[in-house]
Amino acid sequence: MNALLAIIRRDLLVVMRRKSEALTALFFFVVVTSLFPLGIGADAALLRKIAPGVLWVAALLSTLLGLHRMFAADYQDGSLEQLALSPQPMVLLVVGKIIAHWIVCGLPLVLLAPVIGIQFDLDVSSLYVLMGTLLLGTPVLSLVGSIGAALTLGVRGGSVLLSLLILPLYIPVLIFGAGAVYANSIGLDASGHFSLLGALLILALAFVPWVSSAAVKIAIE
Amino acid sequence: MTANTSLNSNKPALMLEARALTCVRGERQLFSGLNLAVSAGECLHVRGENGVGKTSLLRLLTGLSKAESGEVFWNGLAISKEPTQYHRELLFLGHRDALKEDLTALENLQLYAALDDVQLPEDKALAALWRFGLRGRECLPVNCLSAGQKRRVLMARMLTRQARLWILDEPFNALDIHAVQALQGLIAEHLEQGGLVVLTSHQEVSLPQVRTLDL
Repeated sequence: MNALLAIIRRDLLVVMRRKSEALTALFFFVVVTSLFPLGIGADAALLRKIAPGVLWVAALLSTLLGLHRMFAADYQDGSLEQLALSPQPMVLLVVGKIIAHWIVCGLPLVLLAPVIGIQFDLDVSSLYVLMGTLLLGTPVLSLVGSIGAALTLGVRGGSVLLSLLILPLYIPVLIFGAGAVYANSIGLDASGHFSLLGALLILALAFVPWVSSAAVKIAIE
Repeated sequence: MTANTSLNSNKPALMLEARALTCVRGERQLFSGLNLAVSAGECLHVRGENGVGKTSLLRLLTGLSKAESGEVFWNGLAISKEPTQYHRELLFLGHRDALKEDLTALENLQLYAALDDVQLPEDKALAALWRFGLRGRECLPVNCLSAGQKRRVLMARMLTRQARLWILDEPFNALDIHAVQALQGLIAEHLEQGGLVVLTSHQEVSLPQVRTLDL
């Protein structure tokens, strides 16, 4: 447990010292989502309708921006070897890195979403649903993304390959995440979508850390 | 010295052993049927030309990579069977510094201590850094340090890690004369306390209990 906290603390400290990289992904999210209302104009009904899809796609892409950094820096400076040689289970360390990635790339999206949602004229209940889906969905994005980040370690042009590998796997999260907000906005019950997102999160939590740590071990060998 | 003898008497003798190691890189076989044994208080100096497989051998000994055939044993147990126990007693320093460039030397030491399950109070960490001439630089980010100073941070890590087995890949690189002497002193101290060292170096190593292995 100490090691888990240590690795989270370490990754967050590194991000704090080099804020620009983390902020790039956040600004990307804010700018892309703000371009749509500007481009489409003041058609409030249309904006309300496209809001869930636009916000979720922007969230997927901005998560993707920070993904390749999850293991690559540690791989290059040799720290990943040292982590593998520490007496801690690799799974625990990988979970720590995924949590740190989510705190940096996922959590801010959840907190920013209501502000962005106002631009799309979403009502209060839709904003709550949007935040809820992002809260359940973004950890899945970080988890599933970690597999891609680990598999593309040491590969030239890895970040492009990473997008190709991981984006298709994000589709279920996108469908249920955006679907919940849409369902809520037309007066349907969104609890089914939430259950499915929760199920995806549990499934990812149960399997992904093992897959990623196996992929990391292959990369260092 | 009394502490050492008591340590040795109630613990079984430490022993690193490799039997019939074969290493293949891509299409090329680097070495085959390699046997070696290092026991407590001994230092093994692996020598050989560039590309002969020194680093590959060290990585096999750490368990980072798997041998084509053959097995590495720590105290008679295959390291693939008990990796956690083995890693608890192992310190490996490779070509790369494995320091986070944006963190300070002190933070790097403390983070590694937390990961390695070693108790490291701040004054002890500072004392280790000061011993290797980093007084006044302990709170600078590591990317402000020179290559030699980074290696000095690693020497402080060696001192605080409390590992029995050190596997060092080119530890004398980038060090000035004083630091080379300090490192040799550190290794001699470690051997005196019953530790084991396996290292590669292109320089002559002047240590008491040193054996050489030519690849």
